[in-house]
Amino acid sequence: MKKIDKDKLIIGAAGPVLALVSSFVLTMLVLLATGLDPIEPIRLMIENAEYADIQVLIVNQTGIFYLAALAVAIGFRMNLFNIGVDGQYRLAAMISAVVGASVELPGPLHILLIVVVAILTGAFWAGIAGILKTTRGVSEVVSTIMLNAIATSLIAWLILPANFGVQPEGSNDLTTGEIAESGWFPGIDMGQGNGEIYGFTFVALALGVVYWFVLNRTRFGFDLRATGESESAAQASGVDAKKMILTSMLISGGLAGLSGMPTLLGDTHTYSLSFPVGVGFTAITIALLGRNNPVGILFAALLFAFLEKASSNLDVAGYPKEITQIMQGIIVIAVVVSYELVRRYGTRRQQQKVGEELAAGGAIKTDKEVSA
Amino acid sequence: MGIASAALALSATACGKSSSEGGSASTSDSKATKAAIAYDIGGRGDQSFNDAAYAGLKKAEDELDVDGSEAEPSSGEGDADKVQRLTSLARAGNNPVIGVGFAYAPAIKKVAAQFPDTTFGIIDDTSVTGKNIANMVFNEEQGSYLAGVAAAKASKTGTVGFIGGVEVPLIKKFEAGFAQGVKDTNPKAKVLTQYLTQPPNFDGFAKPDLGKAAAEGQLDKGADVIYAAAGLAGSGSIEAASKAGKWAIGVDSDQYNQAGLAEYKDSILTSVTKDVSDSVYNLIKSVKDGKPQTGEVRYGLATDGVALADSNPKYKSMTDLIAAVDQAKKDIIDGKITVKTAP
Repeated sequence: MKKIDKDKLIIGAAGPVLALVSSFVLTMLVLLATGLDPIEPIRLMIENAEYADIQVLIVNQTGIFYLAALAVAIGFRMNLFNIGVDGQYRLAAMISAVVGASVELPGPLHILLIVVVAILTGAFWAGIAGILKTTRGVSEVVSTIMLNAIATSLIAWLILPANFGVQPEGSNDLTTGEIAESGWFPGIDMGQGNGEIYGFTFVALALGVVYWFVLNRTRFGFDLRATGESESAAQASGVDAKKMILTSMLISGGLAGLSGMPTLLGDTHTYSLSFPVGVGFTAITIALLGRNNPVGILFAALLFAFLEKASSNLDVAGYPKEITQIMQGIIVIAVVVSYELVRRYGTRRQQQKVGEELAAGGAIKTDKEVSA
Repeated sequence: MGIASAALALSATACGKSSSEGGSASTSDSKATKAAIAYDIGGRGDQSFNDAAYAGLKKAEDELDVDGSEAEPSSGEGDADKVQRLTSLARAGNNPVIGVGFAYAPAIKKVAAQFPDTTFGIIDDTSVTGKNIANMVFNEEQGSYLAGVAAAKASKTGTVGFIGGVEVPLIKKFEAGFAQGVKDTNPKAKVLTQYLTQPPNFDGFAKPDLGKAAAEGQLDKGADVIYAAAGLAGSGSIEAASKAGKWAIGVDSDQYNQAGLAEYKDSILTSVTKDVSDSVYNLIKSVKDGKPQTGEVRYGLATDGVALADSNPKYKSMTDLIAAVDQAKKDIIDGKITVKTAP
């Protein structure tokens, strides 16, 4: 048992490590091919990450990515591909900002209301895809992509000054009005103009623990993983697969809705045309890289936050900051390829070992397959 | 992974120094003025807004011996990133620091308070104000009104088209002015309006194929003059109008003279120009001269901050049209016509 776990751990880590190493190497080759120094940008990024204000940005972004990636990961565990995290995140941020700006409540209640509205909105939007899948068999990949586009149009309509939008005097931006101070989530001020660490970042980390607990230590988590492995087998053993699909889409959407909260409650206090976008797509890569494991996702989120924030000054030094996008793109491909390679290697290795043990006349350990 | 654990370890010691304090020793003690611009989405090379700002910085570098720097945004970034960018540009001794585009407003509000001796410029916004903030704004609706007058005069079918890149308040100013100009000139004329994308999808400023498809649709409906305020996507509508033998009206810079559009330039009736580069240059010059601009700096028809280009010889030959445009320009400057800023 112990020995198998170690094997599994090595094989589990081999995928991400292989992906990261190959993406770094390929990025360096791209830099070389364009006639640039391949080491210097990476050295600059590491140097950048030593500064406190960049660190604050990295930590905050990690929290945002972490929430969004958990949303993607819970779908993955169910074999559901929720590509709509970005739309759920934007719509939830927008609606909860509108609600938050329209009321004034005592501090904790105000924040709680905004957070609950965000969860419900995200869950509702993902739930549409869930219902379409369970009642009509519509692929959630297709429906969530389309719901992203619909969310864009819906937000554009809702934020018109004729509806819920506010155009501040003299501004060309549209906002949803500022949330009163009672609805601001307190952060940790790092002093000297270095910025604040969003308080919601800690909520994100706590949710990582909840994610681990629910998936690995509850009946629900077991049902979810079982349905993800094989829907028909789960159904045969008494799990209502359709209910599981809908529930996990709702949870995924709720988490996606939460991923807008660090920015909304900790920084902007309003939803505007310049609210950050694309978080939900980066989160897919992060969940893949982190192998849907809460600790793995944390490191992947930290890495991506580092790549994004530490590269912010590269262009001033004369290097295109797009190299981090190239790196992220290559990681996506490398992750898929290396996981498949590692999986094949793992299977072959297992077969070999079983063969050896059979040849040696030893008993076959039955628990080998169970945890794979 | 090494990088990840290194970053983790570093974040534990978060009371370190800031990105602009250490490292490259700032040489701001020399008398040379350092100016910086922080770009909007798209960055340099967008053939439009950001490039115009860069042209202003370049001119200042050449003529005023200013040491310029530029910083580009990352895709999908938030206000905190903009604050960090402006802070590090200001700490490095740049003065002025210019935010290109309204998205910088919340960031400038925060950073300008921390650097009272640095002048901050912001283009297209007057919502943040301060002693050390210069708000450079343009009367796009006035230039667009003139384009509307020209379009109504040049149209034979009585139907003209407006294509907006992304449906944001800024582009609606273009629409409002254009539609008013058309209606005031020919009350029976029809204005077809279409926006290419909705925020936060900014493809409508970037993808010429979108502009082309929209223009083809309007041409099919009988439009024979098409005004596109859509950045790079507008070149697609110019192409479509040109192929159909109809008129196109350009935007931001004088598109008749743009190398990339030389093939279609005979069909470019005129362009509504917006002098972003001069606004950047003027601000840098004012700081260098020791009299930094502050508050609202408005560029309208009166100062040629917005204008109608007349590079196309065919345009110059339409005396009736030019007379109407000149009259409208005079009326706007004299205050006889008030142009709406929202449709």
